[in-house]
Amino acid sequence: MSENVLKVENATMQFGGVVAVDNLNLEVNRGEIVALIGPNGAGKTTAFNVITGVYQPTNGAVWFRGEKIVENHPQGKMKQQYKGEHAGDYTQVLAPTPDKVTRLGMARTFQNIRLWKSQTVFDNVLIAKHCRAASNVFTATFRLNRKEEAAQRENVLELLETVGLADVKDELATSLPYGKQRRLEIARALAAEPKLLLLDEPAAGMNPQETEELTAFIGEIRDRFYLTVFLIEHHMNLVMNISDRIYVLDFGKLIAQGDPAAIQNDKRVIDAYLGVSEDA
Amino acid sequence: MKKTVSKSAWATLLCVAALLALVVILENVLDPNKNIMVFTALKKGAVYALVAVSMNLLNGFTGLFSLGQAGFMLLGAYTYAILTIPVAQRDAVYYIYNGSAINFSLPELFGGGAFGLVLGVVLALALGGCVAAAVAWLIGLPVLRLKSDYLAIATLGFGEIIRAVFQWDKLGPVTNGANALKNFPTFSSFNITNGSGETVLRLSTFTAFLLAGACIAVIVLLINSTYGRAFKAIRDDEVAAEAMGINLSKHKRLAFVISSFFAGVGGGMFAMFANQAQAKTFTTAMTYEILLIVVIGGIGSVSGSCIAAFLYVAASEWWLRFLDAETFIGGFKVPLLRNGFRMVVFSVVIMIVVLFFRRGIMGDKELPDLLEKRRKERAK
Repeated sequence: MSENVLKVENATMQFGGVVAVDNLNLEVNRGEIVALIGPNGAGKTTAFNVITGVYQPTNGAVWFRGEKIVENHPQGKMKQQYKGEHAGDYTQVLAPTPDKVTRLGMARTFQNIRLWKSQTVFDNVLIAKHCRAASNVFTATFRLNRKEEAAQRENVLELLETVGLADVKDELATSLPYGKQRRLEIARALAAEPKLLLLDEPAAGMNPQETEELTAFIGEIRDRFYLTVFLIEHHMNLVMNISDRIYVLDFGKLIAQGDPAAIQNDKRVIDAYLGVSEDA
Repeated sequence: MKKTVSKSAWATLLCVAALLALVVILENVLDPNKNIMVFTALKKGAVYALVAVSMNLLNGFTGLFSLGQAGFMLLGAYTYAILTIPVAQRDAVYYIYNGSAINFSLPELFGGGAFGLVLGVVLALALGGCVAAAVAWLIGLPVLRLKSDYLAIATLGFGEIIRAVFQWDKLGPVTNGANALKNFPTFSSFNITNGSGETVLRLSTFTAFLLAGACIAVIVLLINSTYGRAFKAIRDDEVAAEAMGINLSKHKRLAFVISSFFAGVGGGMFAMFANQAQAKTFTTAMTYEILLIVVIGGIGSVSGSCIAAFLYVAASEWWLRFLDAETFIGGFKVPLLRNGFRMVVFSVVIMIVVLFFRRGIMGDKELPDLLEKRRKERAK
């Protein structure tokens, strides 16, 4: 049994009366590439936000590398409103902020690119190194952290070379073409030295060729940085080519899980999401 | 690449040293009594430059729209004044309250003389900054949860409250109520005199420049450090910054506290410039003046704030003075020139500046960046 890096346990996210994620259970094992797919509004990004600490789940827990990092149970008004299961199972409240989750070793990208617009490509990646810096504000201001700073810069340069952005490192992040901005966002996430990389629709808006490049790229960085990758995606080519396992969400509920071949032939998935081809 | 960085750092340092030397020479060659306006503008400009840069650190680099600058300046000014009024003068200053509750003076504690003066003044200014920073930390706990306009309103309110508190009669023995604190060491105290009381070397403007320059240098170092980069990330995209491991509340509070520290130091220096510290001078209007300097100079540009501070102070205190005086050319009275007309023209000038330099004089560029660009263009 391989060790699981991420485990989501009975997570339910309810906004008022709307259950966005309903009793989600999933596991991502070390070194795997796992995809989360589903129709629009199925709750994929919400699930991501629960894992990374942006939202506090209404009920349930998230484990990361064997440690429970998020836990919550319905409180206050939610006690009456709660529609999910496992209501009495959780008693603790653990709600780390997203920055803390990132420092634990989980870095993410966004569905709509969120680069720091006024910064250069190099600085965008360098800033992500800040959370790993040991210097405090005094040592940093008075340049007593020269060694660390130099190491960071060298590290960033290396990283940019690995992802193929070294030639544009002094350009503004927003002046890059779309595909490269996506790549830069991944590079920035890598700079935070994650164990688990979460990609929210990394191929959104890409043409088939760019998507193909990205597919290869994700596999490459997984091997090079010993990563585990968990991604949301709509491009089925990418998902089926790259994923070790796939989870399918529909209306907040997990409707199927398994390897790509099994998912492609799963009747419920075809009905809910993949659709039936005309001649079938 | 590394070499060019240190090269430009040396060049900057050399320029600053040259500027300081120029100030000393200017001050000792020109007769200050005949050129009062020049030196007033220079000293006030230096003080305002520091406060504007401290405000820019918050508004321009961290993206927190705060309007509490005058309040923090007040804290710095009062702390500085209270700690440095000579013991012998205290009864005269606090005559309404029958003497001061605090009966020591830092320059005297350090044995008086030139050494005591320098050490006492620097320490008092730093303590003024610390008081402002400590108060900022406390206010930051609730206030920094707010964003943009709401934060501005909350900090504006804080400034007003501080001003009212310091005028409170019950605090009289410490703050001298609504009356001014005076007789403490000012910039002129740094002029070197000989035995018979004649000024040998004038250093008052130089002192203002040196203090402001040192503080601005620290802010620039901070902005270019890993923490400064984190501030800029928060300004550009908070959500992304948090997702990349930057603790928002910690970094926002840090920026707020550091900015307030330097506003406090600037307040102490303002008291030195004005020869007195009185709560009613640190009004909202003063915050707006500084905000105006930041906007005119360019939000997110330190050199812009410095240039704009001097231009603003010189224009309002010096160049446009003649508009306030009734002038006769021969027997003809020039129309419109009368007391108060200066501010009308001044407002129009500012409107024109804002219309034509929408992003301020410097935008978010620094002076060396622009020179570099020009050099590159010429090379092409």
